[in-house]
Amino acid sequence: MSNRERHIGDVILKVDDISLAFGGVKALTDVSFDVREHEVRAIIGPNGAGKSSMLNVVNGVYTPQQGRITFRGGDGRPLTFDHMNPRRAAEMGIARTFQSLALFKGMSVLDNIMTGRNLKMKSNILLQAVRLGPALAEELEHRAFVEQIIDFLEIQPYRKTPVGRLPYGLQKRVDLGRALAMQPTLLLLDEPMAGMNVEEKEDMCRFILDVNDEFGTTIVLIEHDMSVVMDISDRVVVLDYGKKIGDGTPDEVRSNQAVIGAYLGVAH
Amino acid sequence: MGNLKRNWPIMTLVAGILIGMAAPLALGMSAPGFYVEVLLGGLMSGVLYSLVALGFVLIFKASGVFNFAQGAMVLFAALAMARLAEWIPQLTGIESRLVGNMLAFLIAMALMVGFAWLVERLVLRHLVNQEGVVLLMATLGITYFIDGVGQTVWGSDIYEINLGMPKTPTLILDGLFQGGILINQEDLMAALVAGLLVLALAVFFQKTATGRALRAVADDHQAAQSIGIPLNTIWVIVWAVAGIVALVAGMIWGSKLGVQFSLTLVALKALPVVILGGLTSVPGAILGGLIIGVGEKFAEVFLGPILVKAFDLAGGGIENWFAYVLALAFLLVRPEGLFGEKHIDRV
Repeated sequence: MSNRERHIGDVILKVDDISLAFGGVKALTDVSFDVREHEVRAIIGPNGAGKSSMLNVVNGVYTPQQGRITFRGGDGRPLTFDHMNPRRAAEMGIARTFQSLALFKGMSVLDNIMTGRNLKMKSNILLQAVRLGPALAEELEHRAFVEQIIDFLEIQPYRKTPVGRLPYGLQKRVDLGRALAMQPTLLLLDEPMAGMNVEEKEDMCRFILDVNDEFGTTIVLIEHDMSVVMDISDRVVVLDYGKKIGDGTPDEVRSNQAVIGAYLGVAH
Repeated sequence: MGNLKRNWPIMTLVAGILIGMAAPLALGMSAPGFYVEVLLGGLMSGVLYSLVALGFVLIFKASGVFNFAQGAMVLFAALAMARLAEWIPQLTGIESRLVGNMLAFLIAMALMVGFAWLVERLVLRHLVNQEGVVLLMATLGITYFIDGVGQTVWGSDIYEINLGMPKTPTLILDGLFQGGILINQEDLMAALVAGLLVLALAVFFQKTATGRALRAVADDHQAAQSIGIPLNTIWVIVWAVAGIVALVAGMIWGSKLGVQFSLTLVALKALPVVILGGLTSVPGAILGGLIIGVGEKFAEVFLGPILVKAFDLAGGGIENWFAYVLALAFLLVRPEGLFGEKHIDRV
């Protein structure tokens, strides 16, 4: 791990005092944490702890009632927002995958991942529409990039298959591929291993660590499987009932009494 | 063979359509030449239905809006085209009808794109994530609004669009069939234009980056937003495309029937087409249009006389209701249409 620690840089994302409620239900209460460049940061907690809500706040799907989000995008300048919105998040270099898959099911694997290049396409819509000149050259360039991702994720044989027909584990990889196509600075993974068998989980762990090592992508992930989280993350935030109850390295979190209580129940 | 057992109603219906189409020829009710003539006539009006149906499907897929205003858009675009083609020579002194028509077409196209932009700005943007019924009601509002504004701006008489095409029928293939096939050159041209446009749209959707973004939005709004596809721009594009499709359809029909209120009724035929083809399927809209077009011509020409003889009716008019009855049959046995996605909810 010492080799990895050397790569970890300054704070890239900081959330301060985030509170989010749906009507009377408090999903998050005064949650603050930060994420450093190039690290793998996990958010864990029992069901309903507010993990997905937290990710949705960072990505701008939910608007928190209180708090601030500071993100340092591609240009290196940290910007602070009351709330994000999904498009701005995407433009600033935040990509995400979804817990319940949100792929374009009728489209091929290749097309799905190509949509991730959308923001990188510069030629104007009319040229794109007729596939002429610069637009065609650009399309081919993006296509080459996407082929690299397909190779990386080892899904070459399914390139032309409609995503809806693939088994679940492979769909999860396509979801990751689409996010990678955006060349994100920060990658949010919402339960990337939910519903997978052991072999699929091992593959996914390998891909996540490779993405982190090879592309230097900062990763925030939500996961239920504690052993997986402890293996691959640098630091862990623990949420319970929408509040932060622990934050630190896997070892620190493991020995934290409040965390043990939340997961195993406490004797009253 | 559980598959066959489950699918028998739709199989029967499709088989019925096929038998119905083959019967006139098999039973010797018509000479081969006449049969082909009716078939061609059906295909030519069918391709126009496909065109309008495509407008429905595009908007429904990309924004989840069942666009009731499609018919009104056809009328509005046709009115704009007819009146502009009339005014431009008067105002500018352009003699050539071709140039005048071209200018009128381009301006009408710009109007439809502007209309798409306004719809997004003033209506859709404020109704994001609302129920389907709310959006449907909004398009009903848009329907009456553009019907009214259309009349205020362009007038409410019957206008004509003169594309300068010969309307006289010509005989073709008289070597192959006895008596030849009577075909109207204007219809042929119209079918060709509509067919090309349908093809161009299909290529646009399947092969270009913009098309890919449109399909992505159609599949999953949230995911599309998370990868930075701008929903608002996409909506403007689909409504603009639907507007241009409406313009072409309106121009072709207008030139055939005259530009008048009944154009909205012809456009309404796109409803049975999308029910038959599936509201979410582009190929479905194309094939559905052709089936309805051919079906109603066959019903009129071959089924009509039989019904009249059997029940001693006054006859005629089958063309007007046949499409709707067919759509009703489809709703009973296969509500998602031939190619639509079957909606499965996990519980």
